[in-house]
Amino acid sequence: MEWTDIALTGLIWALEILAIAVPVALSVAYITYAERRVIGLIQVRKGCNRVGPFGLLQPLADGLKLFLKETIIPSQANKILFVAAPVMALVPALVAFAVVPFGETTLFGLWDTAHVMAIAHLNVGILYILAISSLAIYGVLMAGWSSNSKYALIASVRATCQMISYEISMGFALVCVLMLAGSMDLSVIVNAQTGGFWHWYIIPLFPMFLVYFISGCAETNRTPFDLVEGEAELVAGHIVEYSGMWFATFSLAEYGAMILISLLTSILFLGGWDAPIPALDFIPGTVWLLLKTSFFIFVFIWFRATFPRFRYDQMMRLGWKVFLPWTLAWIAVLGLFTYAEELNSSLTILSDMIGYYQPWRS
Amino acid sequence: MFEAGFFYLFATLAVIGAMGVVLARHTMHSVMFLIFCFFNSAGLFFLLDAEFLGIILILIYVGAVMVLFMFVIMMLEVNKAKLREGFLQYLPMGGMIAMALLVEFIAAASSGIFHTDAIATVGHLGQEVNNTVEIGKILYTQYLLGFEIAAIILLVALVGAIVLTLRTRKDAKYQNISKQVNVRKEDRLRKVRM
Repeated sequence: MEWTDIALTGLIWALEILAIAVPVALSVAYITYAERRVIGLIQVRKGCNRVGPFGLLQPLADGLKLFLKETIIPSQANKILFVAAPVMALVPALVAFAVVPFGETTLFGLWDTAHVMAIAHLNVGILYILAISSLAIYGVLMAGWSSNSKYALIASVRATCQMISYEISMGFALVCVLMLAGSMDLSVIVNAQTGGFWHWYIIPLFPMFLVYFISGCAETNRTPFDLVEGEAELVAGHIVEYSGMWFATFSLAEYGAMILISLLTSILFLGGWDAPIPALDFIPGTVWLLLKTSFFIFVFIWFRATFPRFRYDQMMRLGWKVFLPWTLAWIAVLGLFTYAEELNSSLTILSDMIGYYQPWRS
Repeated sequence: MFEAGFFYLFATLAVIGAMGVVLARHTMHSVMFLIFCFFNSAGLFFLLDAEFLGIILILIYVGAVMVLFMFVIMMLEVNKAKLREGFLQYLPMGGMIAMALLVEFIAAASSGIFHTDAIATVGHLGQEVNNTVEIGKILYTQYLLGFEIAAIILLVALVGAIVLTLRTRKDAKYQNISKQVNVRKEDRLRKVRM
């Protein structure tokens, strides 16, 4: 390989990464704006409307304010880990976007076959995302421990319990999707759902869709699962000692994870870049994917404005005693349906029903 | 060339990480070094086309096992000075083991069995070979019994751990959720004639 080729490949990689990371950072800024406006609407008040038209420049003003603030490192803190913790929280949130497919394109007819729009086209995409998102714990854990503060430590222990508990039900919900699609490749999963909303996995897997989205809420520490930063008892939880840009890094990670969960819910359960009815195919697939994602981000904000916070034991109960048996039972049901015809020929109708969603069987 | 470069990168970083685990003064730093080491080992798996194993290594070891490690270490007050007390006492023994391993490694490396020409260069399999599928096929057919036995052992351990910690305290209040949900108006309200 020539050096120019290597340089060119490197440049294309860098551009691809920028094409994902920059929109993510920008949408994080404007999700904070949307959040304040939507919660304002729900609570019958105006929300931010002073900076620029309709307050549209508010995120930039906030960013500037956070940037200019002093970053204080507590004197008793473990300095290296204190500084590293926000980065450890942010990196998994951004790295996970590497395998998310944003659609299929032929680059305006330049390529003969449609290519998947993702930085890395892995055939273990779902596992990669599970592995990377399980790393987000370290940012919280390190922040809590290195701050050398009681509030932060208790919050980080809580956060870890919460993330570990909900990761399990999340993983089992994903297993159900795998049983239907027969692949861990995200673009294959989307292609298994093509052809209108009656092919989407939300129909056979509706309870799993609920489990996945609610677990996603818990994973990202959003209300009603934000007992990590329950201000009445823990002040601000693991971020209590952080200020300025390092504080902003934590919220960047939180909102980034929120976008990721919304994207994945649309890809896994709502057909990704497929139009709900084939007649609407003239609208580009990426637009559909982003529309679905925006809807889920709206639901996140809606949750925050509507639900009171869970108590710690209620949160644990929901994860272990409700979601876990539910997902395990659904896996068994799917398995029984899939192989029902081999048990008894009169049960063929069951496996035909589920077989409609399983392209790998035909 | 790329591949060799990445191999040396991952291998060097893994060794540095492993040394950091032993040499770091602070236990928390040791754990972070161990995580770093796991990451680089996962990278080595990726280079061998074993992407399933690599990702599982990160998912299980980094995502779950190390979190528990960290939990325990966070709660412990580790006194490093006390730990280093017996350092000189154990040095001869440790040194001997290290020397024996070194001699073995050198002997094995120079014996010619591991020479690059002797090992058939493993070509990369095509994109269509999915090692998740292959591992699944073997695990659920040929090694099904072993797999099931491992699962039962894990289940027993899980149930045992829960049973050991399950105790109801008399002085704490517990909610009975199903009782709360099933409550009727008649149970709580009483009509009083004034």
